[in-house]
Amino acid sequence: MTMTGDRLTDGRTADAGFGSRPAISTATVGDYIELFKPRVMSLVIFTALVGMVVSNGHVNPVIGFAALVAIAIGAGASGALNMWWDADIDAKMSRTQGRPIPAGRVAPDEALALGLSLSIGSVAFLGLITNLFAAAFLAFTIFFYAVIYSMWLKRATAQNIVIGGAAGAFPPMVAEAAVTGGVSAQTAVLFLIIFLWTPPHFWALALNKSDDYGRAGIPMLPNVAGPDATRRQILIYTLLLVPCGLLPFALGVGGVAYAVVAAVSGAAMLAFAIQVFVRRTGEAATRAAQHLFGFSILYLLLLFATLLAERTLGLGGQGAALADMLGGVLPLRVL
Amino acid sequence: MADDEPTGIVLTPEERKRRRARNIAIGLALGALALLFYVVTVAKIGVNILNRPL
Repeated sequence: MTMTGDRLTDGRTADAGFGSRPAISTATVGDYIELFKPRVMSLVIFTALVGMVVSNGHVNPVIGFAALVAIAIGAGASGALNMWWDADIDAKMSRTQGRPIPAGRVAPDEALALGLSLSIGSVAFLGLITNLFAAAFLAFTIFFYAVIYSMWLKRATAQNIVIGGAAGAFPPMVAEAAVTGGVSAQTAVLFLIIFLWTPPHFWALALNKSDDYGRAGIPMLPNVAGPDATRRQILIYTLLLVPCGLLPFALGVGGVAYAVVAAVSGAAMLAFAIQVFVRRTGEAATRAAQHLFGFSILYLLLLFATLLAERTLGLGGQGAALADMLGGVLPLRVL
Repeated sequence: MADDEPTGIVLTPEERKRRRARNIAIGLALGALALLFYVVTVAKIGVNILNRPL
């Protein structure tokens, strides 16, 4: 029998891994791009760019661009490692069973090799073009997402996305580290905003996907503590998030335009969270969670886009009163 | 078995097309990286690129 004889008529072998494993790769370029979680990557690039811009450091534009590429590749690599590790639970959830590994289009070993090699490559590249601290910070971020969050917290505790959210909040600080060699309150406050934004964002999704998470055995808050406790936690985190959204203005990172955008969009974010808290049953509850999930993305985008626009147009830093007041007390540069 | 009969795995036209697309994507990615490394090297060295013994 020739090797062609082992193959089924559709080009797949009968040996099933995740789905049926192809005899040879049938993956498209898009499948490999999907491994990198491009939507998460675009958020990482965007927040890192804002971190770089607000850092008050000076960097050659070519080096700045290359640093962003390194951070983006690191984010993509950690996405591939996450997909490799989570392939078994991804196969059980309707939202994720079409991903390249559970669908059988990419072999798990390929994703692991790609994730590891790009992780090492991106860290080495960032270290060579900027500094060792930035490289170590990027390595820690990849480790935090792939190991601390994916391998440990995600399946162990209902606080998984609270602590794991730090991984998604680090990129502005990594970008600042690449520019200045340290981190400061300028980007620490951006970290805080993304960190507090993550729980209401993901729990709004988890409220409507609790069956999915339950099937996969992931201890998301709605499955462990129940929907009502989740709605309370969403409201608490949103109440913490909205005033923190104004901190960049108080610290002089953002200007008046930022303060207006943060106040108005923060009020809207709080209104959506209250809707989720109040509407607890039926279609109204589902829609309220969907609206909060959708608006939360817009909220973060608005805050960071306004900071970027202000800095680009030279309008930022007009709200530095608190920063001046604290100047002698609070060292803005902590490293 | 005739001499001209193919042996081993024979790719279908769709598999050939996808392999070709993957090859092109890898080529473009490597080319972009090479260009990035070159531009970064010039940016890092800066004006000193001309400061060398002749």
